[in-house]
Amino acid sequence: MSNKPDAFLRCEGCKKVLFSKEFVKNLRVCPNCGHHYRLSADERIEITFDEGSFVELDADMKSEDPLQFPEYAEKLARGFASTGRNDSVVRGMAKLGGFPVSAAVADFRFMGGSMGSVAGEKITRTLETAIDERIPAVIFTATGGARMQEGLLSLMQMAKTSAACRKAYDAGVPYICVFTDPTMAGVLASYASLADVILAEPKALVGFAGARVAAQASGGQKLPDNFQTSEFAYEHGMIDAVVQRKDVRATLINLVTHFTGGKHG
Amino acid sequence: MAKSWMEWEKPLLELERGISELREKQKLLPPDKAAAMEAQIQQFEQTRDNYIRVKYGRLGPWERVLVARADNRPYTLDYIRNIVTDWVELHGDRRHGDDKAIIGGVGKIGNRSCVIVGHQKGRDLKERKFRNFGMAKPEGYRKAIRLFDMADRFGLPVVSFIDTPAADPNLESEQRGISEAIAAGMFKMFSLGVPTVAVVIGEGGSGGAIGIGASSRVLMLENAIYSVIPPEGCAAILWRDAAAGDKAAAALRLTAQSALELGLIDEIVPEAFGGAHRGPKETAENVEKAILGRFDELDRMSPDEIREDRYRKYRNMGVQIEAPIGGRSG
Repeated sequence: MSNKPDAFLRCEGCKKVLFSKEFVKNLRVCPNCGHHYRLSADERIEITFDEGSFVELDADMKSEDPLQFPEYAEKLARGFASTGRNDSVVRGMAKLGGFPVSAAVADFRFMGGSMGSVAGEKITRTLETAIDERIPAVIFTATGGARMQEGLLSLMQMAKTSAACRKAYDAGVPYICVFTDPTMAGVLASYASLADVILAEPKALVGFAGARVAAQASGGQKLPDNFQTSEFAYEHGMIDAVVQRKDVRATLINLVTHFTGGKHG
Repeated sequence: MAKSWMEWEKPLLELERGISELREKQKLLPPDKAAAMEAQIQQFEQTRDNYIRVKYGRLGPWERVLVARADNRPYTLDYIRNIVTDWVELHGDRRHGDDKAIIGGVGKIGNRSCVIVGHQKGRDLKERKFRNFGMAKPEGYRKAIRLFDMADRFGLPVVSFIDTPAADPNLESEQRGISEAIAAGMFKMFSLGVPTVAVVIGEGGSGGAIGIGASSRVLMLENAIYSVIPPEGCAAILWRDAAAGDKAAAALRLTAQSALELGLIDEIVPEAFGGAHRGPKETAENVEKAILGRFDELDRMSPDEIREDRYRKYRNMGVQIEAPIGGRSG
């Protein structure tokens, strides 16, 4: 919806009619209710990193459909058609307030931002580049979780990315993760939760299992209204801060400045 | 397609019951009559063996799902009873509580003291509830992390028995950070300088499994399954039909054979004839032999080499196509 060139749009959150121009200028956040729309990877890169600083790496990496999973090839093609990308994670080198960072940004439109071999490999390389260059890693998540269509290979991407997180941790390289809507399941239960600092955009869906499964498993218990949101995760100590989209870049620059300014060791 | 494992086990169980009844009767007979009966019994036994050979000889993916979940399949504590000596179970995560779906402790396998953790399912309804159906909450993973840390400091190898449908996805789990707990389990495992061996003995249920299963070597029993999502869940999402679990099971390639072919596990451990439930002891002995073999292999490495070997192992998992030029960063 956010890509429509119409002059007006109706907010998904409050149903108010908005000027498209104003909405885009407001970083695709509803000026009325604060609803944060999902961003494409390019939109995210544009509003986050120093202008023109992002240099994409591994753009050609593609899934091989290793299991010949039913309808997977079509879904990959559709993902490509809607994003112009070969998979759900875009990675590269970027700058934040002049500081070089190794960055990755997920695009939810590509198969729900799911993590298969390509996404796992790109996240791993993002962390490895950070280690090699001794610069911070900054990763934006937007995902339903591990990609079913690559079966156990996808599950192993959880282990692989977690191993890379361990390496970055042992190397003393800062890693910051920003949860955007949604950040779920296999990604939340691996590299996303292993960052030194975790920020989340307001009201992003953040959780382990789908809402229906969670409700079923909770029996008759009433789930809180903010269940599986950024605010819920914050309330329970799982993330450092809920940050408005307009403040994400400045917060990242602040963190990167502090973490790269250490004088001891 | 069989909907339940019982569909094909039932005639077999009846046959087995009949055979053991005849054996009992035979004991009471005078020698000449007993000898005459022997031929008849042997014929029944042959029928039984043939049936097993046909049924268990080439189980499809969905049938293996059913066997892996069978309610008389040996669980972690059965393996511990059969192959671990001087077992001391340890409890609690020192933060919230003691999870009953992941057990842990120290004991000897062969001559080696090791730290052992594993998912534990229950056999009857009461026990199943007590074990929360083998679905661990954050405190289960945090207990395991505590024990992993101990293993590393005391130089003990780690064995993980994997057998869970999934981690518990309920409200409490979310409140206490089930996702973080699983991630932290893997994170800890990648720091260990001691040999770590995982054995998938039943259900390797996605994140709930890998949270204690990111080991140096991963073994699977021949009828165990290992999957990114339960086949029914996959079918419900993709085809809006949870009953299409058999179709999803095939597509997901969740059998031990597939996992080995994909290079994601190191070894398939054979089960007793007719499945682990038909010979828990024999199956446990196979598991013991396989674990000790992997200890031998990993013992030759220094702690740094063990960490590096483990990193490389997981680092190489994944199948992707790269453009020939300019794809990789400098």
